Amino acid sequence: MHEHTTLPPPVPSDHHADANCASVLAVEDLTVSIGGRMLLQGVTFALQPGQLCGLIGENGAGKTTLLRSLIGVQPSPHGQVSISGLSPRKSRDLVGYVPQKINFAPDLPMRVYDLVQLGCDGHRLGPRWFSRRLHQQVMAALDAVGAQDFAYQRIGELSGGQQQRAVIAHALARRPRLLLLDEPLANLDFRSANELAGLLGHLTRVHGIAVLVTAHDMNPLLPVMDHIVYLAKGRAASGSVREVVQSATLSILYGYPVAVIEHGGRVLVLPHADAQAGEDGCYLMPNGSASGGQA
Amino acid sequence: MFDIFMIHTWIASTIIAVTAGILGFFVVLRRSAFAAHALPLATFPGAAAAQLLGIQPLWGLMGFVTLAVVLLHQLQKLGRKDVAAGLVLVTLLAVGSLLLSMTNTYAPAVFSLLFGQVLGISAADLWPVATIASLVLIGAMSLYRPLLLQSAFPELAISRGISAGVIDIIFLGLLGLVTAMAMPVVGALLVFSLLIAPAAAAQSLSARPLQALVLAVMFSVGMMWLAIALSFWTNWPIGFFVGTMGALLFTSARMFRYIRHRWFSTALPTTMKNSSMKLILAAQPGEA
Repeated sequence: MHEHTTLPPPVPSDHHADANCASVLAVEDLTVSIGGRMLLQGVTFALQPGQLCGLIGENGAGKTTLLRSLIGVQPSPHGQVSISGLSPRKSRDLVGYVPQKINFAPDLPMRVYDLVQLGCDGHRLGPRWFSRRLHQQVMAALDAVGAQDFAYQRIGELSGGQQQRAVIAHALARRPRLLLLDEPLANLDFRSANELAGLLGHLTRVHGIAVLVTAHDMNPLLPVMDHIVYLAKGRAASGSVREVVQSATLSILYGYPVAVIEHGGRVLVLPHADAQAGEDGCYLMPNGSASGGQA
Repeated sequence: MFDIFMIHTWIASTIIAVTAGILGFFVVLRRSAFAAHALPLATFPGAAAAQLLGIQPLWGLMGFVTLAVVLLHQLQKLGRKDVAAGLVLVTLLAVGSLLLSMTNTYAPAVFSLLFGQVLGISAADLWPVATIASLVLIGAMSLYRPLLLQSAFPELAISRGISAGVIDIIFLGLLGLVTAMAMPVVGALLVFSLLIAPAAAAQSLSARPLQALVLAVMFSVGMMWLAIALSFWTNWPIGFFVGTMGALLFTSARMFRYIRHRWFSTALPTTMKNSSMKLILAAQPGEA
């Protein structure tokens, strides 16, 4: 039994520079096919502790499939996934998973507290006996996402942002070293999306958790993200945010003209429109041809 | 009402109400109400089959419920839970109509299988009820947490290594056991009302899983006792009382929740309204 009462201890903030730091997640040459269709092919990347990595790619690029193979739900005939040196099936305690938007029924007899409690011991058999340790573990996870205020409210009656926090607390309950989130910012308003991005940044910086997050709108994540893995046509490539967030690179990736602009010290990614020209005023179309400013 | 011949009725129906309350909690949580409706009706031909083969009715019911559970589980894998339940229901009911036409079962026996016959329970009938109920209780208790997680949040259960298929077949198996056990006593239609109404009412009243579960059992037992007493006095079928009381219970629970909600939501946002009003008022002079 390895029950813990708090989240991982704070780590020094300069851990990014440590090249010898063992990877939390190492994906090597991963290939996944569903129903005879090759979805992912030779995907290779690694994640260090405390890194916040964005996983981007157009709809159907295989982002969710990749996350599912990282938690050992999606079998992969070829390639290797190792989480702190273990296979996905053996490392369930080390990984927290936040699936795409869950629809909570308003009548669901479940408070945020109960959801997080199930995050601690939901897989165990037998009745649950009261345990101070379990309570502390739940409170630590609630505390980490700032969900104490609504911990005892029915989960179906909370706002989308609060529900998302609750699910993240559920995923954090067992002190994972790796947190996987599938479109956590979808359907959230500006404030909630920014707060959630800030929360993810906090988890990586303060608790040293590695975070892999898929997002359609990467703008809220740009200030906190330090690495990007992108999927296109079944293949993956990765780079630092500075390398990837360029008009030309993103336009190729999305197969759609994308502008990267700077405003008030922040970098923003927007779909291209006539009025907004990229820094080089030129977009590379997916077929390799360059397109001028035309819409 | 508490004569010696009624004691068995009280014991059997209480055991059935407790187990139905517990399983009903998960039926409502899993949104498997239609499956819970289909199983008893698909099991019902088992009694006719038993008579045709000259075996104990319980064995016939067990055989048919196993068939129904396996069919349901296999069909559910194809994706649509509601279609699966519907198909199992009509297929086995069709078989049942054939079997009934082949036997010399007379109408009152069919009627009691559908609506229950709580007044003729012997001491020997209690043993299978008690055995199956303890099996179901042990199963539900040992699987409480995975079952709760998988029923309420199937997407989250996947990442914890809880197999949806395994939980589903175990749950349907438990539901089948309860169905076969309760049907000769309370009838095919009544099992369904005991499974759904108390649990749905409890879940709209309590936001805590264990509390809602206990509440569902209490509602289920209370409903059952009241129904037997009323049925004894009026000589009306017990199914009528359980069915109508279930609807009444659920409606009252929803109304109670609605009223409580309105009371709270008018109490809370007033302060919020005030504070946002203050913000707007404070902002205006600066802008002007």
